[in-house]
Amino acid sequence: MKKLICALLAAVLLLPVCALAAEEVNIFNWEDYIDESVLEQFEQETGIKVNYMRFTENEDMIISVESNPGKFDVVFPSEYMVERMINRGELAEINFDNIPNFANIRDDLKNPSYDPGNAHSVPYMWGTLGILYNTKLVDEADVQTWGVLWNEKYAGQVLMMDSLRDTMGLALLMVNPENSMNCTDYAQLRAAADLLIMQKQSGMVKSYGLDEFKDKMVAGEGALAVVYSGDAEYAIELNEDLAYVVPREGSNIWVDNAVIPATARNKENAEKFIDFLCRPEIAAANVQEIGYCCVNVPAMEILGEEYQSSSVMNPSEDVISRCEYYHDLDETWLSIYTTLYSEVLSAKVNN
Amino acid sequence: MTDLQLPAWAGWAMGLGLLLFIVLVAISVRRNHGIKRSIFAAPYSLWMIIFTILPCILIAYYALTDANGRFTFDNFSSFWDSNHIMRENLRAVAGDEMAATVARGSVNVDTLVYSLWMAFLCTAVSLVLGYPAALFMADRKMKLGATLVVLFIIPMWMNFLLRTIAWMSLLEDNGLINAFLQWIGVGKAQLMYNQEAVLLGMVYNFLPFMVFPIYTSLSKMDPKLAEAAQDLGCNDFRTLYKVTMPLSLPGVISGITMVFMPSVTTFFIPRVLGGGNTRMFGDLIESTFKTAGNWNLGSALSLIMMILILISLSILRKADPNGEGGGIV
Repeated sequence: MKKLICALLAAVLLLPVCALAAEEVNIFNWEDYIDESVLEQFEQETGIKVNYMRFTENEDMIISVESNPGKFDVVFPSEYMVERMINRGELAEINFDNIPNFANIRDDLKNPSYDPGNAHSVPYMWGTLGILYNTKLVDEADVQTWGVLWNEKYAGQVLMMDSLRDTMGLALLMVNPENSMNCTDYAQLRAAADLLIMQKQSGMVKSYGLDEFKDKMVAGEGALAVVYSGDAEYAIELNEDLAYVVPREGSNIWVDNAVIPATARNKENAEKFIDFLCRPEIAAANVQEIGYCCVNVPAMEILGEEYQSSSVMNPSEDVISRCEYYHDLDETWLSIYTTLYSEVLSAKVNN
Repeated sequence: MTDLQLPAWAGWAMGLGLLLFIVLVAISVRRNHGIKRSIFAAPYSLWMIIFTILPCILIAYYALTDANGRFTFDNFSSFWDSNHIMRENLRAVAGDEMAATVARGSVNVDTLVYSLWMAFLCTAVSLVLGYPAALFMADRKMKLGATLVVLFIIPMWMNFLLRTIAWMSLLEDNGLINAFLQWIGVGKAQLMYNQEAVLLGMVYNFLPFMVFPIYTSLSKMDPKLAEAAQDLGCNDFRTLYKVTMPLSLPGVISGITMVFMPSVTTFFIPRVLGGGNTRMFGDLIESTFKTAGNWNLGSALSLIMMILILISLSILRKADPNGEGGGIV
């Protein structure tokens, strides 16, 4: 009798878990990175309950995923983090039979070097790194090269990004345009750091920062700023004197992807959700909401003429061919990058 | 933020801390012949053990171990030579020859020296500005004194991050001050993103910590002493110099400590008002933890700063042995 009661109790306790497990999907996405109304649409169409959670940095995200196995079904890492998660065996292979809408993704973003054959990832949003400049203060001809950030004409008016990979990466291209932004040659890295220290000491840089740049540029607080294309688009919409360019030496192209952790409990629901995101109307709604570049070809038609003609939102093939992805640096090289960059941040400005 | 990966014995340490706490409570209950008084101290001592003593032990542990938890002094070598880790890494991936080209890096030491210098400047400016303010506030003949006390306190009701960000909208190129300068025909000036702006932010935030201890010791002073000095022929200046100032010394020392300590550990202000052009030790520690992800070195840097503060406290303690300036030292 006791055993029966125990078994019954266990069954009662397990029931809701099973019931929920069959009908939910746990999403872990960046802060402000989706049009939330599409989540409701997904719930209504499929009857799958969406549990939506947010993170602000790749590094936070991977720790949450590692320390809570089974908690997340779809997460959105950037390209280098996809690579790290694949190397650590943390991602499930995606069954593309369940994602027919993958065909809508831009061809130039398919089969990326960070995840050959897209075995583990589906692109969600993308963009470039470049220079946002004020056309009233800066000559368009000058800004076609990263060298403009060292051009004495604009001394004290440059807003540099306080970001290890981006800042070291563009300096590597300044040392030699043939360099990769993932360079692992100490002499080149040393030269890049020296170039950044020289730039700082000669008073070129007004300030180092990150998120505040778009607002500063809108307010006319600087002539040139290193920004991501999504922020550039936001700023240009608010101030028509601003323009964005990807310098000729090349730059970084970043892609945030939808992936399924190997520990996910609702893999099929996750694939349904990813397929849903690849639908043109949904992709267009998300791009409209958050203002990053669109990965979805039919969605671009929905977004209209203005979007297609914007060089910020729709980079030309020429720009894409110049850009490269960041790859995940191993700990040894990451610490070398960090040490050199720390020297840049600590350098004193000669007044 | 990264998650806290505690060493295996941290659970034991916490258990031991709790046990220690219970024993301490038991002892104090016995000593005070009753439970009444010691029970009031219990929440505070529990708080201290969990949030002050244990973290200090953890910082010391991290500072003296490497990433694998082995005992090492490497983190202190890295403090002295900021290129230490990079050189060892290069030796592994690029050979001895390349590693030999890496000279000693002075980033950590220089940043600490710079922070101490900025803290000294901040303390000095605060003292020069704060002492007359405190004198004015403590003067019973001035009716404005009490109002001034309130005016000093009101800004402290706001969070210091907000107050610092508020300075941005004053100092920006298109900010209020520059708009005014342009209006009167002087033209724009670059007010932000330099050392002076950082110093301004620090003095602004820490000045009340200088004024209030001095104010307290001045208002505790017997006014008859100053009157007696004047009766005996001192002029106003000599009264101030010979009587008031020496008597307010405990407050001055307390003020200096209260300003110097947060100044050395300042962070955020250099990033907002200095625009990252000046980096102080607090920012360095933060980025060692967050960007570099090196908890061991970050802890070593914190430990070095804590020791420096302890040393300066013990020196100041000698100047105010009875803790008359509020006993903060």
